Amino acid sequence: MGPRLWLTPAVTGRKMNNLINIFLQPFSYAFMVRGLAASVIVGVVCAVVGVYVVLRGMAFFGDALAHAVLPGVALGYLLSGGSRETLFWWALGAAILVALAVGRVSKRSEIREDTAIGILFASMFALGIALISTVRSYTVDLSHFLFGDVLGVSTYDLVLTAAFGSVILLVIFFFYKEFMVLSFDPVLSATLRLPSGLLNNLLFILMAMTVSVAMQTVGVALMVAMLVTPAATASLLTHRLWQGMIVSAAIGAISAVTGLYLSYYFNIVSGSAIVLTATIIFLLVFILHPHREGLLKRR
Amino acid sequence: MTPKVHRSLYPHVPHDPDAPILEVHKLTFRYNGHFALEDISFHLHAGERVAVVGPNGAGKSTLFKVVSGVLPPSSGEVKISGFGPRGHICIAYVPQRSQVDWRFPASVADVVMMGRIGQIGFFRWPRRKDWDTVHDALEAVDMDALANRQIGELSGGQQQRTFLARALAQEAELVLMDEPLNGLDTPSQEAILSLLEKLRQQKITVMVATHDLGQAASHFDRVMLLNRRLIRFGSPHEVLSSQNLLKAYGGHAQLIQGEDGTTTLADTCCDGEEDE
Repeated sequence: MGPRLWLTPAVTGRKMNNLINIFLQPFSYAFMVRGLAASVIVGVVCAVVGVYVVLRGMAFFGDALAHAVLPGVALGYLLSGGSRETLFWWALGAAILVALAVGRVSKRSEIREDTAIGILFASMFALGIALISTVRSYTVDLSHFLFGDVLGVSTYDLVLTAAFGSVILLVIFFFYKEFMVLSFDPVLSATLRLPSGLLNNLLFILMAMTVSVAMQTVGVALMVAMLVTPAATASLLTHRLWQGMIVSAAIGAISAVTGLYLSYYFNIVSGSAIVLTATIIFLLVFILHPHREGLLKRR
Repeated sequence: MTPKVHRSLYPHVPHDPDAPILEVHKLTFRYNGHFALEDISFHLHAGERVAVVGPNGAGKSTLFKVVSGVLPPSSGEVKISGFGPRGHICIAYVPQRSQVDWRFPASVADVVMMGRIGQIGFFRWPRRKDWDTVHDALEAVDMDALANRQIGELSGGQQQRTFLARALAQEAELVLMDEPLNGLDTPSQEAILSLLEKLRQQKITVMVATHDLGQAASHFDRVMLLNRRLIRFGSPHEVLSSQNLLKAYGGHAQLIQGEDGTTTLADTCCDGEEDE
């Protein structure tokens, strides 16, 4: 009896140390700290922008936008001789161009919008792969573009991510009520004489910025999951727009952190780990939430 | 789509108090080469309640969208209180319930507040005054107790009253309602109709698209019979004659001669949505 009594705290203490070590150890590497910071920012920004993507039924558009960035990135990659410093700007330029072009194409009625997006999306993606395949080491580079390279985030990348992430969140904050009306009732937006066309393009540009920011962390192929999954989960739990944004952001951040740990300990590609974490959260909520009654919902 | 211009570019949209609240002159709207509306002229006085009737595809929704400035007329003119509709934020359009995404994450109060964002302006948040207006509007339609409900949980009548409250919060002078009575039970219809009576006291002009000719005759000052062209516009008694109705509805009309000599019309097509 006696010895046990004083042994127990020591044992628990060692266990605690082990646990703390599990959490802290990855961050003895500076690149992991940068990777974590970038993933959390990207997780939050994608999740908040994603609320509008889900509400407006733009998941396919988001997927297409992410893929259509590839030729821009590839071109930048070829022109800069393999340097990755400027890739963000190439991605941003390509994304904005594509976002505004799709917005324009979809206004013409001869071709259905999803068909137009499908054509644009696949052909841009093919062009991107064609360009990258001219480089000898293309498989490695291509996989970084497709699935992200969170461990390769430089300090410069992190600063860009933080700066653009803040701009995106600020714009969403300041245009909260206008974007809400535009998404809920475009006719009201017109009768209130809001500049609907400008606001729509602003939302497209925000999506383009989000895609560029997220490219390095989650990559092109899985990005749509970061846009859609946390927001869809939040929509099951909340029934107010701002609540949805906060819950979605929290889920995005939790997915990013958890995914990065999984990636570190199980040697999984970080983008996949983050997306799969978000998916598991979605499935849990989807199964457990009682008949469309949200946790935060008022009766 | 017409270029939409923010209100601040038209800070003082003038209202001529002597002009009719709505004046439509030789209005034509062409869509994909065919006429959705042709050569329509009429004017409304402040506080009037007007029923717009006609078969599906007659252009009722289109007329409302052109009047509210959402669609630009192909030719002709729309004037609100003597001036073009562009800068006005005093026109409210209440959409058909089937056109609304009821799963949208918004409460009743959120939806009503949306009507005020024209007055609130960019980079500002709703103030005390705006919330007071929202709650007054909700009280006026007897929805104050449900202010925090998610809109998808409401009954059809409550949803319709929420949108009417939004029009009140917008401080609309002209309210255009697209099939507000469609799919509602009789008590809910009565509630909406008595609200329209209230609006008249506030000098708010109301145009209601409806399929129910009986209600059009009994609850409205004037009836507009529309089928791409304006067939007849006047008192219910003079407009809803069998001759006029046959002209508007053509093959869709079914006239039933009553024992006392009255004629009733059964509209064989409807209760669905109007084609856009």
